[in-house]
Amino acid sequence: MASQEILSEEPNRGSFINDPKIRSLVFQTLVVILLFGSVWWVVNNVIDNLQRLHIASGFAFLKGRAGFDISQTPIAYTSDSTYGRAIIVGLINTIIVAVAGIVTATIIGFVVGIGRLSQNWLIQKICTVYVEVFRNIPPLLVIFFWYSGVLAVLPAPRDSIHLPFGSYLNQRGFYFPSAIWGDGSWLILVALVVALAMAWFVAHRARQRQLTTGQQFPVFWTSVGLIVGLPLLAYALSGFPVTFDFPKQSTFNLTGGFQVKPEFLSLYLALSCYTAAFIAEIVRAGIRGVSKGQTEAAAALGLRSGSILRLVVVPQAMRIVIPPLTSQYLNLTKNSSLAIAIGYPDLTATAGTVLNQTGQAVEGVLIMMVVYLILSLVTSAVMNVVNARMALVER
Amino acid sequence: MKHIAIGILGAATLGLMASAATAGTLDTVKAKGFIQCGVSTGLAGFSAPDDKGDWKGLDADFCRAVAAAVFGDGSKVKFTPLSAKERFTALQSGEIDLLSRNTTWTSNRDSALGLDFVGVTYYDGQGFMINAKKLPGVNSALQLSGAAVCVQSGTTTELNLADYFKKNKMEYNPVVFEKLEEVNAAYDSGRCDVYTTDQSGLYGIRLTLASPADHVVLPEIISKEPLGPAVRQGDDQWAHVVRWTYFALLNAEEAGVTQANVDEMKTSNDPNIQRMLGTEPDGKYGSDLGLSNDWVVNIVKAVGNYGEMFERNVGSGSPLKIARGINALWTKGGLQYGPPIR
Repeated sequence: MASQEILSEEPNRGSFINDPKIRSLVFQTLVVILLFGSVWWVVNNVIDNLQRLHIASGFAFLKGRAGFDISQTPIAYTSDSTYGRAIIVGLINTIIVAVAGIVTATIIGFVVGIGRLSQNWLIQKICTVYVEVFRNIPPLLVIFFWYSGVLAVLPAPRDSIHLPFGSYLNQRGFYFPSAIWGDGSWLILVALVVALAMAWFVAHRARQRQLTTGQQFPVFWTSVGLIVGLPLLAYALSGFPVTFDFPKQSTFNLTGGFQVKPEFLSLYLALSCYTAAFIAEIVRAGIRGVSKGQTEAAAALGLRSGSILRLVVVPQAMRIVIPPLTSQYLNLTKNSSLAIAIGYPDLTATAGTVLNQTGQAVEGVLIMMVVYLILSLVTSAVMNVVNARMALVER
Repeated sequence: MKHIAIGILGAATLGLMASAATAGTLDTVKAKGFIQCGVSTGLAGFSAPDDKGDWKGLDADFCRAVAAAVFGDGSKVKFTPLSAKERFTALQSGEIDLLSRNTTWTSNRDSALGLDFVGVTYYDGQGFMINAKKLPGVNSALQLSGAAVCVQSGTTTELNLADYFKKNKMEYNPVVFEKLEEVNAAYDSGRCDVYTTDQSGLYGIRLTLASPADHVVLPEIISKEPLGPAVRQGDDQWAHVVRWTYFALLNAEEAGVTQANVDEMKTSNDPNIQRMLGTEPDGKYGSDLGLSNDWVVNIVKAVGNYGEMFERNVGSGSPLKIARGINALWTKGGLQYGPPIR
């Protein structure tokens, strides 16, 4: 602020050319004109050239019949659906793998990051090797490693590996029984919601009690009891309405149950493992960034090492961790477009197929860019909110 | 990822190209001294690099035939391997001059995509291949309900597959890849039960599998797949050159002009052959096209006639051993028919 005041108080040199205010205004106007001019020129040329080359343009193609099938359809989709819906299916597939990957990568990342600071020599070395291996391999290779190296060498459907609870593992993916919700199963859902609410209430009261009286209450085990017990009770009371559909052997594949395809599995595992290595380093940096005096002060108060980590170190480390963590989440989301190499139908793959079947490359690429931009901006916005809540509140 | 890159490149070129009228492709090609020809990333019999890195196959030879017509030298071709998804953008954006890449001629591609198909160098149809060792007892595509089917994305194959299973009320799991090699690897490793593409392609791919003898091509043909070269729409002169190169190959076979006898044939008294080979006095059929008058001689010297090209790449002279069938000349009961050069 001070320097600006000094500038504006400088004596006028008598000429417009030397007036810094007018100069900056002129230059800014020039830049804006140049920017908009070149954008207009490019857009105009694209439209012009598309017409000259007899290529259809516009977004009307999104309403056309797609005609192709997609291997993983979280919402209803057949070959009779529109191109627009095919792109939405791809978008949802991208979101599924991104969210699942972010959750898993965060968990592995925190465990490994804290593990690298462990006093235990073996744990510390294992975590170091993990970070160094996954951080230094390109993500595409990690994806191929899981797809061709691990999942493709599993046995054929006929010789599936039999796992507990009627689930199977073979080169076509992971099969497990799916639940069929019969009449009255809504009661179980209601019980679950009630249990969650009660658990929150118990935690709230226990905290208040500890603040006023200093007495602790076993919140964790009470919550587990509530969340598991209440739905089970509801299940029994409503007359066991849930049955399971088990995977069975048919001519070609296992049918029935729920199938997690190897394309999803390998992309999900690869993105989680890869990004977790970076998150681990961020977490380690965050913990290192908390002054040693804090740990020592907490120890002097008589806290156990687990409590020191949970109550003193991690909350302060989070303030350092969250901003770079956001970048990693964005990276993971964008890296999910590598799915195309193994045929997972994400946004890039389905929009690419639409692009090819309709031949509308300019529109197709534009849609992809805008959608990834929006995805990234939403992720950033959410993380900014989290960051604001975590930030140090000065009193 | 490459198709995105080409897409962006295409968009960028479209954006940056001056909107003034550009020179015809024939002149541009003559000026730069070679033809940039779009081919597949490796389909045996049609366009695939051999162990020395030379592109071999029917589609690759067609590129050489056009180069021979334009330059009198079949070697003045540069090949651009393209995936199914990249091919049209590459042609639209001017990255290639000619697309000769087992591409099906459809009305949509001919109209809305700014392409112009010039002919059908191979009449094909879509079929299915299975591993007979793993699936004994399957001998018809109608038994395939519930199967996992490997298919390349962005192809008419992908659409025919959806239509065929829907029409016959069968279920299937599509396993879709962008590149041919990825589909091949997935099928070979057992990720899917069935491989579907054009029948000629299936025979070619079978040779590249770990144990070709285990695999059988099912008898059903579920679609019409006329494969042919395409050029950009709106450049009639270049389209004529490519189209008449194709017709010249057919006419040469019909007249019995081969790579071996083309020089003797130049002395022929047959007016039909004289017109074709440019030995008719005052004949200017070649220069009307913007080429030299001995253009057909150059084509045949470079790659032979259509029949020789076929037998060498996909027929009896190749490991594929595909019969001429409907790709025989019209005089032998097939569909290949070249309008006269006169």
